[in-house]
Amino acid sequence: MTAVTATGVGKTFTTKEGDVVALTDVTLTIAEGEFVSLIGPSGCGKSTLLRLIADLDQSSTGTLDVFGKTPARARLDQEYGIAFQQAGLLPWRTVAGNIALPLELHRMSKPARAARVAELAALVGLSDFVGRYPDQLSGGMQQRVAIARALAEQPRLLLMDEPFGALDEMTRERLQSELTRITSETGAAVVFVTHSIPEAVFLSDRVVVMSSRPGRITDIIDVPFDGRRDEALRESPEYFERVTAVREALHGTPVERANER
Amino acid sequence: MWQRVAAPVAVGVLMLGVWVLIVDVLHAAPRALPSPTAVINEFVLRIGIISEDAAITATNALLGLVAGALAAIVLAGLAANVRPVDGMLAPLVAAIAVVPIVALTPIFNSMFGASSQFGRQAVAAIAAFVPVFVNVLRGLRQTHPVHRDLLRASGAGGLQTFRVLTLPTALPYLMTGLRIAASVAVIAALVAEYFGGPADGIGTSIATYAKSGRAPLAFAYVIGAIAIGLTLFIVTSALERAVSRRKPV
Repeated sequence: MTAVTATGVGKTFTTKEGDVVALTDVTLTIAEGEFVSLIGPSGCGKSTLLRLIADLDQSSTGTLDVFGKTPARARLDQEYGIAFQQAGLLPWRTVAGNIALPLELHRMSKPARAARVAELAALVGLSDFVGRYPDQLSGGMQQRVAIARALAEQPRLLLMDEPFGALDEMTRERLQSELTRITSETGAAVVFVTHSIPEAVFLSDRVVVMSSRPGRITDIIDVPFDGRRDEALRESPEYFERVTAVREALHGTPVERANER
Repeated sequence: MWQRVAAPVAVGVLMLGVWVLIVDVLHAAPRALPSPTAVINEFVLRIGIISEDAAITATNALLGLVAGALAAIVLAGLAANVRPVDGMLAPLVAAIAVVPIVALTPIFNSMFGASSQFGRQAVAAIAAFVPVFVNVLRGLRQTHPVHRDLLRASGAGGLQTFRVLTLPTALPYLMTGLRIAASVAVIAALVAEYFGGPADGIGTSIATYAKSGRAPLAFAYVIGAIAIGLTLFIVTSALERAVSRRKPV
């Protein structure tokens, strides 16, 4: 079974100034356990596509399946977990309280909840911080809490909307490595929206390149680094070769390199 | 820390010194300004009757505060969720906010009888209503889009969203409204007594003794009035601090 199947999906927003086509004719299949990044300039509809999959917005045209269900059904069945650019933690709840939020909403018993929270805190390396409040954590730690919360219901699909976008480069690379470890441990499929080419290449099995006005898919680039997503990969020639491929797909023309001029 | 305590104490001592100097040393004060020692003497001597009157005024203010706040919370909740209600209430609240409510007391007194405390309580309630309503309504609209998305993504129902997100977000706003309303309710309940009604309460006594030339006793009652206002203010401020400890992330 596939995690996500989109066929001819489009989204038009109605505004006072007239209709805005945010997304048009998106056809895409994401397999179970696959890591797919959506990359493109601002306004290319990558976040919109993610929100359609999450049933936070509804598509105007086409059909969208999440594990063979409508997005609304998949959302209610908690088939996916989601993380945003802002961590979106509730400031009056501790780290443990924030991670437990989805479990609480779905009425998991208290002892089971406590056990699951401890497990998740360990998974994201925050076991010593479960009693802290969000404003006592760094941006990177807040984002880890958000990821733990997204994984709380053991979803088969993880939706991430620029989750590392607001972090500094060092924290970003560390969390990327942790995310590859976490997804290989949980086996969840990931749809990952990003602005960063190196981030997309490092994390993904496939990079979906999008373009704006109207938002659409222009290219899909395979990244065959299966099982080798470690720090050494960041320095390897084939990694740079893929980065270049994505960059060229984004710009639409071969990029001139300084040494080839 | 030391400075934060010392500075206001120094100002208080200084003002008391100037007061003693003008009244007791220079004998330059008008008759209506008694010596602080005379005020304290009267206060100690009549503490029983002053606390009785203070209890009446405080009860009026408190009942008004509770009733006004409850009405404000319910109506703000309606206005936040039902758009037409918001449209209906907005001009009404604006009207209440600009009318000097205590001026209605004579009307209430003739409506509910001059021996009833109800007029005073009603005035306190209407005065307390406005700040609570305005703040709660604002608070109910402060939920972050990312939090709403998160709860929707978690499949939370309307009631769950209200309990887990909307209510905790609005709570600090409610407390701010209550703190402002507490002072307003005390002032309203006290000033309402100047406009007739039963012959008890702090305000009635201040008016009576000021008119009959017993300035020290009138001032002793003012101390009682300050005590009421200060108590309510401290309680509501503590509540406010307790719930608004955490900044949003």
